[in-house]
Amino acid sequence: MNDTIVAISTALGVGAISIVRLSGKDAISIVNNCFNGKDLTKVKTHTINYGFIKDNDEVIDEVLVSIMRAPKTYTTEDIVEINCHGGIIATNRILETMLNNGARLAEPGEFTKRAFLNGRINLVESESVMDLIESKTNDARRLAISTIQGNITKLIREYRSTLKDLLSQIEVNIDYPEYYDIEVVTKDNIKNSIEVLKKDLDKLIKESNNVMPMKQGIKTVILGKPNVGKSSILNKLLNEDKAIVTNIAGTTRDIVEGEINLDGILMNIIDTAGIRSTNDVVESIGVEKSLSLIKDADLVIVVLNNNEKLSKDDKEILEKTKNKERIIVINKVDLDSKIDLPKDIENVVYTSTIKEEGINELKDKIKELFNIEKIKSKDYTYLSNTRQISLAKKALKEIKQAETALNKNMPVDIIEIDLNECFNTLGEIIGETYSEEIIDNLFKNFCVGK
Amino acid sequence: MDYDIIVVGGGHAGCEAALASARLNNKTLLITGNINNIADMPCNPSIGGPAKGIVVREIDALGGEMAKNADKACIQIKMLNTKKGPAVQALRAQADKNIYPKEMLKTLKDTENLEIKESLVEDLIVNDNKIGGVVLEDGNKITSKAVILTTGTYLKADILTGSNRTPGGPHGERRSNSLSDKLKEYGFTILRLKTGTPQRVDKNTIDFTKTSVEEGDKEEYTFSFSNKVYYDVNNQTPCHLIYTNEKTHEIIKEHLNESSMYGGYVTGVGPRYCPSIEDKVVRFSDKERHQLFLEPESLVEDDPEYGNSIYIQGFSTSMPYEVQEEMVHSLPGLENAKILKYAYAIEYDAIDSLQLNQSLETKVIENLFTAGQINGTSGYEEAAGQGLIAGINASRKINNQEPLVLKRNEAYIGVLIDDLVTKGIKDPYRLLTSRAEYRLLLRNDNADIRLKDYGHEIGLINDEDYSKYKEKINNIEKLTNELKEVRITPKKDVLEYLDKLGTTPLKEGISLYELLKRPEIKIKDLKEYINLDYDKEVLEEIEIECKYEGYIKKATKEAEKMLSLEEKQIPKDIDYNKVSNLASEAREKLIKVMPTTLGQASRISGVNPADISILMVYLRRKYNEQ
Repeated sequence: MNDTIVAISTALGVGAISIVRLSGKDAISIVNNCFNGKDLTKVKTHTINYGFIKDNDEVIDEVLVSIMRAPKTYTTEDIVEINCHGGIIATNRILETMLNNGARLAEPGEFTKRAFLNGRINLVESESVMDLIESKTNDARRLAISTIQGNITKLIREYRSTLKDLLSQIEVNIDYPEYYDIEVVTKDNIKNSIEVLKKDLDKLIKESNNVMPMKQGIKTVILGKPNVGKSSILNKLLNEDKAIVTNIAGTTRDIVEGEINLDGILMNIIDTAGIRSTNDVVESIGVEKSLSLIKDADLVIVVLNNNEKLSKDDKEILEKTKNKERIIVINKVDLDSKIDLPKDIENVVYTSTIKEEGINELKDKIKELFNIEKIKSKDYTYLSNTRQISLAKKALKEIKQAETALNKNMPVDIIEIDLNECFNTLGEIIGETYSEEIIDNLFKNFCVGK
Repeated sequence: MDYDIIVVGGGHAGCEAALASARLNNKTLLITGNINNIADMPCNPSIGGPAKGIVVREIDALGGEMAKNADKACIQIKMLNTKKGPAVQALRAQADKNIYPKEMLKTLKDTENLEIKESLVEDLIVNDNKIGGVVLEDGNKITSKAVILTTGTYLKADILTGSNRTPGGPHGERRSNSLSDKLKEYGFTILRLKTGTPQRVDKNTIDFTKTSVEEGDKEEYTFSFSNKVYYDVNNQTPCHLIYTNEKTHEIIKEHLNESSMYGGYVTGVGPRYCPSIEDKVVRFSDKERHQLFLEPESLVEDDPEYGNSIYIQGFSTSMPYEVQEEMVHSLPGLENAKILKYAYAIEYDAIDSLQLNQSLETKVIENLFTAGQINGTSGYEEAAGQGLIAGINASRKINNQEPLVLKRNEAYIGVLIDDLVTKGIKDPYRLLTSRAEYRLLLRNDNADIRLKDYGHEIGLINDEDYSKYKEKINNIEKLTNELKEVRITPKKDVLEYLDKLGTTPLKEGISLYELLKRPEIKIKDLKEYINLDYDKEVLEEIEIECKYEGYIKKATKEAEKMLSLEEKQIPKDIDYNKVSNLASEAREKLIKVMPTTLGQASRISGVNPADISILMVYLRRKYNEQ
């Protein structure tokens, strides 16, 4: 229990606010490293501090940070709780930033486990702790076996198998140095394997980062002039799916304020402030701000009034969004059609929020655009959660270290330390870490003996 | 009570156990079937090799005998893996099979408190699951406080060649017929293992012109830290290298079913890493040839068995004699070779090493210890390492002291014993560098730094040796500090010198220690700037610690993580059936192994991190209550 653990302590995507919690001796310094505000290492214990979480120079979220110093805390270790805005993306990015700064992702139930092991919880309470840990570890066990997609397991196994062959070759050279018929691993052999793996891992991480938003939520912006029915459309989407809308102003980046569960796929509605307060995005926040929203969005829904000709603002919005994934909603089809929409515009859906028409067509269009059926049928090979991505990044770092050692002309045994770490990290992604693997492989593939 | 400690068996494990016991002032009896076979080397005529060579160094640092004895018998020595990194370098020597046992016997005879007796042990005296002594083949009883079994391959040994099965040990010696049955009655699980050894041929009948020569190293080496050299570095006896050929392989394939192994005559489990030549030909059928070393067994020409004998390393087989003749004569240079001793496979009984504690005391009978092949290992070095630990711990047990348990980050011996008692074995166990997860810490050069404190504290390293070692440590510290203090700056003469060494020029001043980190800089290169008048060992140690500092730190950190779990003891009376929620495989394994610490528990295959968490919580709850 020497390391510092971190986890998202609130259920993802449900609350208005999420808490990212750290426990351990480096908890305060880790957060302080990525905190813009007071020096957290100097603030009093049990205080709440306002500021921003940054990833390098980029501000991720505006937060409140609670500092609780040992021993009067839940785990009896230093604890930091970061109160951030409840969207999945911001919360996950904060978690990821903590991982990058040296925290380790907590195992299920680990905070409680630490609390217990450090004697914080008494014997009466311990029965329930036991139950909790039991259920969580059982979940973890089940998860490890069943939920990881077959494709990614297969892919990681391929990477590992390449590494395993290289490692056993190095090992056999070391343990049986005088077997002249066994090929000696050269630095070129190692270099080639490293190159390939580095490229593959890099690609996998990038692709996974691209797929993550779809898996974790499609960033969606709804645009339109006042009174065209933006909020009605939003409400129709929301009401039917019983999602929760929150409304938080003053945030800085990608703040998810509403979440819609569309047949199991999450849509994150970005910045609905305009819709909710003044009912006019363009007017309330200005075209400039809406442009930056458009830039970040995975999907733009432009709502137009069937009963009016296109205005200057409408035309500007259409122009600015023409290269985005976009759905044009022509609302109020219960009224006379006066709209003069250019013929070449695609993905048009006609709705009448008053008569409750066209909402299903809108949903189908969204699913069609994002190939949701394909994602759900697991045709993609990608890492599907922060834990996996963080481990893949660790593996990539380790393989790069091996490369550095190789370039510095370190002996093969030293390079092997990094390769071995990478092998084990990859194993962790898919829950396979078995130390005898290499030895077994060695005896299987090489002819050595007395 | 006749003795404090009785050691049963005079092989490499038995010798170390008996010496350790006697040197720690216990009245000791060594019982062997044949005094002339004490410390015999029934298989290869060499000591050391990757991992194993480091074990020999560790034995020396703890105050054992193998290193010193191997130095006395050395006829050729090499440092292996010199180009592959600091952690995996190891010594391997050709040892004279006449001198090694003779010198060891001399040492045994010269040791106070130690008696040797020729007999076979057929039963143990056991009272209330506690050892009381041994029963000899003639029914006589000898009593003692502790017994160490180092029976090697002699428990129900059978020699196999082809379909022929002869009861007896490696030299046609008598075997112990009933001891393993008795052990079974006492509650031990008995395994049947197999190993094998190749032919020996008369060196005067070999045409060495058809072989290539394998020389020893040009630098002087010793296993022991006392650094006493007994051989002439410029006059080492070479080995010779040959290869099998198509004809050899044809003979083997043609007669495959006549071998004990493929004919189905073998019941024991053989080692994966030591396949017989027929195994190699079958399993690696795409290989056109296999290499064989011709190794001299002894330079003492009048030795009746070993004097003219050459060991064919790599040619182990269980074929019938007449097939072996054909096989040997198919080899280049051996067309007319006279076989002095045929290859054979040997089967023997061993106990399940999961029934041992980390101290090598058995869980079944108190004060009974076991070491060597009876625990399922193979190799002289593995046996000696265990023998030493068993000797030390038997002594400590009867003197009410805590056992010496070496951790995985402290010694290969620790890795070996932990593997045995935690993972158990299926085939004879051989140490490999790949079994040691912290091998960067377990180096040939630093075995004394790792273990000499223990050796001294236990009482096997005398004060004189110890103060010599302390001086080495002081010198290392002193020179390291100096290297960190002395700085060089990019002046003209410095730049010229560095250029001559082929390293990149300096931009600003750096310490010599920083400069030494550069892969192309050797510590000797620094003599221009600092006094390097120290022992070779001191310089070597500093160089390694400096160059690989980052990696060593990383390994140390990993080891610390392991140690924190190692500190968490599991009480002996734990009932795993009462720990709810353990996975059933984990529960079974835990009951079988009965690990003493959470660290050990976490290394059992089939016990996963979730089980460890559950166990942790259970332990806290259960034992905090009291």
